[in-house]
Amino acid sequence: MLNNESGYIKKDLPASVVKLGTVLFIFGLILGIVGFVIEPVRASYSYLVAFMFLVSLGIGSLFLVALEYIAGADWSTPFRRISEFLASSLPILIVLAIPLILSLHSLFHWSHTEVINEDPILKGKSPYLNSTFFIIRVIVVFGLWSFFYYLLTKNSRKQDTSGDQKLTKKNIVISGIFIPLFAITISVSAIDWLMSLEPHWFSTIFGVYYFSGSVWASLAAITLIVILLRDKGYLSSRLNNDHYYSLGTLLFTFTCFWGYIAFSQYMLIWYANLPEENFWFLMRWSNGWEYFSVILILAHFIIPFGALLSYPAKTNPRRLKFMSVWILVMHYFDLYWLAMPNLNNNGNGYIFSWVDFVFPIGVVGLLILIFNMNAKKYNLIPVRDPKLQKGLDFTLH
Amino acid sequence: MSNNKNLYGVTALFDNADEIINAAREVAKAGYKNFDVNTPYPVHGMDRAMGLKRSMVGFVTTFLGFSGTAFILLFAFWAMSIDYPMVIGGKPFFSFPAFIPVTFETTILLGGVSTVIGLLALFASLPSNNHPLHDTDYMKAVSADKYGIVIEADDTNFDEIEVTGFLQKLGGKKIHSINKPVKENYPVLQPRFITFLIVVALLVSALTYITLNKVVYIEPFNWMTEQDKVTAQEKSVFYADAFGMRKPVEGTVAKGYLPYPYKGQLNPVETLPNPLLPTKEVLELGKKKYLAFCSPCHGTFADGDSHLRGQFPNPPTLHSQRGRDFSDGMIYHIMVNGQNIMPSYESQTTSEERWAIVHYIRALQRAKNAKLTDLEEVKKEPVVNAE
Repeated sequence: MLNNESGYIKKDLPASVVKLGTVLFIFGLILGIVGFVIEPVRASYSYLVAFMFLVSLGIGSLFLVALEYIAGADWSTPFRRISEFLASSLPILIVLAIPLILSLHSLFHWSHTEVINEDPILKGKSPYLNSTFFIIRVIVVFGLWSFFYYLLTKNSRKQDTSGDQKLTKKNIVISGIFIPLFAITISVSAIDWLMSLEPHWFSTIFGVYYFSGSVWASLAAITLIVILLRDKGYLSSRLNNDHYYSLGTLLFTFTCFWGYIAFSQYMLIWYANLPEENFWFLMRWSNGWEYFSVILILAHFIIPFGALLSYPAKTNPRRLKFMSVWILVMHYFDLYWLAMPNLNNNGNGYIFSWVDFVFPIGVVGLLILIFNMNAKKYNLIPVRDPKLQKGLDFTLH
Repeated sequence: MSNNKNLYGVTALFDNADEIINAAREVAKAGYKNFDVNTPYPVHGMDRAMGLKRSMVGFVTTFLGFSGTAFILLFAFWAMSIDYPMVIGGKPFFSFPAFIPVTFETTILLGGVSTVIGLLALFASLPSNNHPLHDTDYMKAVSADKYGIVIEADDTNFDEIEVTGFLQKLGGKKIHSINKPVKENYPVLQPRFITFLIVVALLVSALTYITLNKVVYIEPFNWMTEQDKVTAQEKSVFYADAFGMRKPVEGTVAKGYLPYPYKGQLNPVETLPNPLLPTKEVLELGKKKYLAFCSPCHGTFADGDSHLRGQFPNPPTLHSQRGRDFSDGMIYHIMVNGQNIMPSYESQTTSEERWAIVHYIRALQRAKNAKLTDLEEVKKEPVVNAE
């Protein structure tokens, strides 16, 4: 399919990518099932981390698509499809959540009614934290996300053939409705899946914390895929340093934003030093978890900050590729740090297990397969988007 | 080179952004270095067209920002742990998380402010803010709807006629040569001006003072001075007895004070034992307090020879058989209660001091009625402190 405006010719991704994705996914799937059989509790925690990573990339990417529409940005239009493809994991999340809902009792302390009856604090929270309402929320939240994913991408794909400019306006309205709903739903799911692992603990900034990390990781995934595909000639060769610089700046911004939010959460709890709040951080500062916390500060904030600060760093594709992988690993590490200390909160501290390494492999495989499936069906560039030409002409200064 | 020495540069105007980008590219290609472009809004791609290198301002700002980080951390360390250490919320004196917000802010502040000050100092040639392009038709045009380029006369390749022709060839309109303005001296330190400043300053201060203090006096922070509470010696409308100051609850015992159980009894059946050992420290304390409170009437050596030379009836000597037969507790009892015309010394001395005085009186009594065998005692080891 040839398009005169952008000179884009649709090509399938190389077979090696599909092979790699299949191998990784099957490897992760089989070992994951083995993990669930041998160490069911550990595996359900590990699976939760991997699941939340997938949620991060999906909803973070959809947010960036909506942000592009609502902000009227044109520089990101030439590779908006990458975000749309990454967001396509949203409709299958509800299926992927089934193993978690089945192991609700080993994950969530509050799902045991006999425990709640003896605990006045949990009893007070039980109108919100109970299994029925939890499952309702999961269905509503993932349903909403899938619905908006469907609306936004349907219009975008229709435009590829019709070239109707009204579809962009329609998507702007949809994005305007989606973004406030997104703010609520991402907080709800962060609180449900991660914060309620420790039901006595509470932090009002937790939703923002998860948001900052998930948009950060989504940007990294988009940056990585854009650079890889452009170098192999799948995207327009007119993507240049200024596009990379903008992506790098956003990565840097969200590095700082995450640091800001993480520190805000920490400092209030540290300053007040109330036992009802500080135990959550003390848990992550004892029995081996203190090394994880130090690595988190260094590798999640300080190293990316230094590595992405200068202009040459943001325009160097190799540095950007490296930092994107780094950021994706660090976001996974962050989610791991949030969830895993609750597994052994009886004071055993960190215990190594091979199960934790199985699920990220499966997730990477799954993402490659989903991406490939989309790339086969749809154009990698929104070929008749009215903002495409402006996006390709984009220059700074 | 027949250049006019007073010449600043040659300006040309263009009609749209594409033309000015093209002109900038051509001028840069022709080898001119000292030229500038003025547009009514930032034109994207201009830096590249003019062949500009990336500005070094970022590095300067980063450096100044990080010097702000270092400064504030050192200052916080000095202020909070060395100069004025204060315990806040039970945290260590130098608790890093508490200083992160101020460190962050100082980094930004120093980076931003010093960059602005640096730019003003380097490029604005203060205190004069004049520029040859100010107040020219060229500047009026480029601040409205035209795109201008100016090639400056201090460029090494500059030649007025050549440049004019070159700009004409590029399609520039309204090509003008701009002369440097005549340097003007602004006599800032004129006596009349200084006097005017002083008068204005005084007038403003006086008016402000009168307005805020006499005309519309608004008490600042009155919620501190005017509180809804009963202050000392004020009448209370709440209590039935109308006393604002309340007595402590019946049976309250003050901190560090033990109530004396036989208070007010004339001849107590039993008395307290002396809780102190007659150590050197206790005897010295007793001596000090005896000389201060007891000796004015009882005499330095408790002989009953008052210092007051008969202004009061002299008390009897403490070395009589009766005095020596008093138990320690009885002497203590007299000090608390008083006896005959001797008043109570309860409020002047603490319980510990009274027991020390008792030991000192015992020492005086023993010294006045010493036996030969006491000499044997002197040779013995002194009493070691009970501790």
